Amino acid sequence: MEVILDKKRSKQRMIFYGFALLFLVVMPFVLSEFRLDLLTKFLAYALVAIGVDLIWGYTGILSLGQGVFFGLGAYCFAMYLKLESTGGKLPDFMEWSGVTSLPWWWKMFGYAPIAIILAILIPVLLAWFLGAVTFRNRIKGAYFSILTQALVIIVYTLFIGQQGYTGGTNGITNFFTVFGFSLMDPDVKLVIYFITVAFVVLAYVLCRRLVNSRFGNVLQAVRDGENRLRFFGYNPATYQTFVFCVSAALSAIGGMLFVLNVGIISPSMMYIVPSIEMVLWVAIGGRGTLIGAIVGAVLINSAKSLFSEAYPDQWSYFLGLLFVVVVVFLPQGLYGWLKQRSASWKWMNRSVKKEVALDESVIGAPSGASDR
Amino acid sequence: MNKLWKRIAIGVSALALVFAAGCSSETGVSGDTVKVGILHSLSGTMAISEVSVKDSEMMAIDEINAAGGVLGKKIEPVVEDGASDWPTFTEKAKKLISQDKVATVFGCWTSSSRKAVLPVFESLKGLLWYPVQYEGLESSPNIFYTGATTNQQIIPAVDFLLEKKLTKFYLLGSDYVFPRTANKIIKEQLKNAGATTVAEEYIPLGNTDFNTIIAKIKETKPDVVFNTLNGDSNVAFFKQLKDAGIGPDTLKTMSVSVAEEEVRGIGPAYLTGHYVSWNYYQTTDTPENTKFVAAYKAKYGAERVTSDPVEAGYDAVYLWKAAVEKAGSFEVDKVREAAKGIEFKAPEGTVKIDGDNQHIYKKVRIGEIQADGMIKEVWSTPDVVKPDPYLKSYSWAASLSSN
Repeated sequence: MEVILDKKRSKQRMIFYGFALLFLVVMPFVLSEFRLDLLTKFLAYALVAIGVDLIWGYTGILSLGQGVFFGLGAYCFAMYLKLESTGGKLPDFMEWSGVTSLPWWWKMFGYAPIAIILAILIPVLLAWFLGAVTFRNRIKGAYFSILTQALVIIVYTLFIGQQGYTGGTNGITNFFTVFGFSLMDPDVKLVIYFITVAFVVLAYVLCRRLVNSRFGNVLQAVRDGENRLRFFGYNPATYQTFVFCVSAALSAIGGMLFVLNVGIISPSMMYIVPSIEMVLWVAIGGRGTLIGAIVGAVLINSAKSLFSEAYPDQWSYFLGLLFVVVVVFLPQGLYGWLKQRSASWKWMNRSVKKEVALDESVIGAPSGASDR
Repeated sequence: MNKLWKRIAIGVSALALVFAAGCSSETGVSGDTVKVGILHSLSGTMAISEVSVKDSEMMAIDEINAAGGVLGKKIEPVVEDGASDWPTFTEKAKKLISQDKVATVFGCWTSSSRKAVLPVFESLKGLLWYPVQYEGLESSPNIFYTGATTNQQIIPAVDFLLEKKLTKFYLLGSDYVFPRTANKIIKEQLKNAGATTVAEEYIPLGNTDFNTIIAKIKETKPDVVFNTLNGDSNVAFFKQLKDAGIGPDTLKTMSVSVAEEEVRGIGPAYLTGHYVSWNYYQTTDTPENTKFVAAYKAKYGAERVTSDPVEAGYDAVYLWKAAVEKAGSFEVDKVREAAKGIEFKAPEGTVKIDGDNQHIYKKVRIGEIQADGMIKEVWSTPDVVKPDPYLKSYSWAASLSSN
């Protein structure tokens, strides 16, 4: 019985994957250039959301500083793009900020492979450092969240203050090409779209394997019973730090794709609001489910764009209302709600019901609840 | 579980529909209307300033429509919210140009937002009318600048102070591109005139603690503080300056980002007697301005005030209309070509587009803030000043306009 159900489910899963891939492949032909551009951006956000879901949804650590990793990745890549556009000469913002020659560490970013490696390495090292000092000392819960917010403020202030090296509040913008290809060319945009799709699919597949593995079970155990896990001889800090690094890397890749697509990165993207928004995508999509994170990022940002276009004066109220409604009425997010609904329609089927009940206990349990 | 996947499939299809719904591509000029974009921050920190400019642009559009439109077509504004966030500005600019196919866009306030949308307008061949005074050193073929550039605001303001024998300058600004560039220019100008800069200080945007600055002012004893602070910082600075017992009788300040709207926010009591430099005040005495102020108050409320950017936004719409009518077309290239030398009887007096750099010939006016919150003109240039964004006509500025 179990095996048959599993087979049936995996078949349905395959059908769904087929559907999702078809959706992503068909979109460029259905959407206008501008809408496709937006979808690319939202998929870049989806990468960030997968990272947030790993650390928060699966491991139960609420990081409110993902914007920093996103921003650092984006800045590193933007530095490369800026140098490409100036031909290695002094960028415009350095000139008006009184910097007279290109600093040596900026020069490094003139080489694409170095810029790309650093775009991932710097956020990961920062996450590793932060994780190493906090998780080992068993700093968790609200304290960790506050710490990540402090990180956000430090990095933001630093980037605004160092105008000569970071472009200040303006950020880094005014670049037109990547590897010699025009960023505004529709064909190049299409390629960027598919690269973004490839990254999302790859991240999904790898993260799914990760959370379904033994390793994933340990992560959920960290979330649901950290102390018990410690008694079993595991060191939760190692797992927490590792996942935090993975989520930082995903945010950074999202940031790089964002810069390619949008053509600007400014410190506001690393500040408090975007960092909290990133958590909201996951909360609304469905915490603890990778699909939920992706769907959340795409749906919420679509709603934001469409609301603000339809009601430029009042859109923020609508968006706020949407957040409240989802959190109050669908506490497990859209995906969790769908799962629940489909179960209640088939409430006769006991095995499904049992499975959902299990799922719920996983999704619904607040972190560390079973410790107390 | 079967249902679940079906549901998801339905959800995904719905999402596809939502996306597809937004992609019916129509051109901006249709039948009897022409679309134009209005792109300002309607939410976030900049909203307080930008909404008033949006209002004056909408008023100009309504007036033009009531008088029969442009080339027989009614103007249909498409309003977008830049949300005080530069990447959002780029998203909305792309949307207006490639999705709505607007004939032109009126918008932006901060230099940051203009710098963010500039590559979009240049690569998608759009047209932007930018209504705020700024730091110059820019001249994009896809932007018309209807606010002042530095030689129409900052340089004459420094000249005015030097004429008054105020020669020790304290430069105080918010930490971003406009104040830094402005001060770079001022320092060169002062050096050339043999005057001195006693200090140059930058405060992070939004910072409201001026104790150390005021202590330093007391210590360095400047003749004048040249103030390029923006936003909330101005409120704190002037209040703390007054609390420290420093008034305009002992120390003059010259501000370039404080207009009627900001005076209302800071409170005239703290500002009476201080100088500002702009091209237009609500009190500017022209028949066009009497009409403009009356119309603005009638439409948006008697307590509202007009200011330089509000007027420059209004002018931009009329200048675009004149250019379109001269070109006989809404096409960006033709409009840009036709715009050269176009004049408009604006509330500030007759203004003219400079064909070379797409800035505007404007009169410069130094004002003194009055107890009722209005600004009294105390000095002005005899005639309109030719815009010179790269300061090519000033020998002392040679090192500034290297690119």
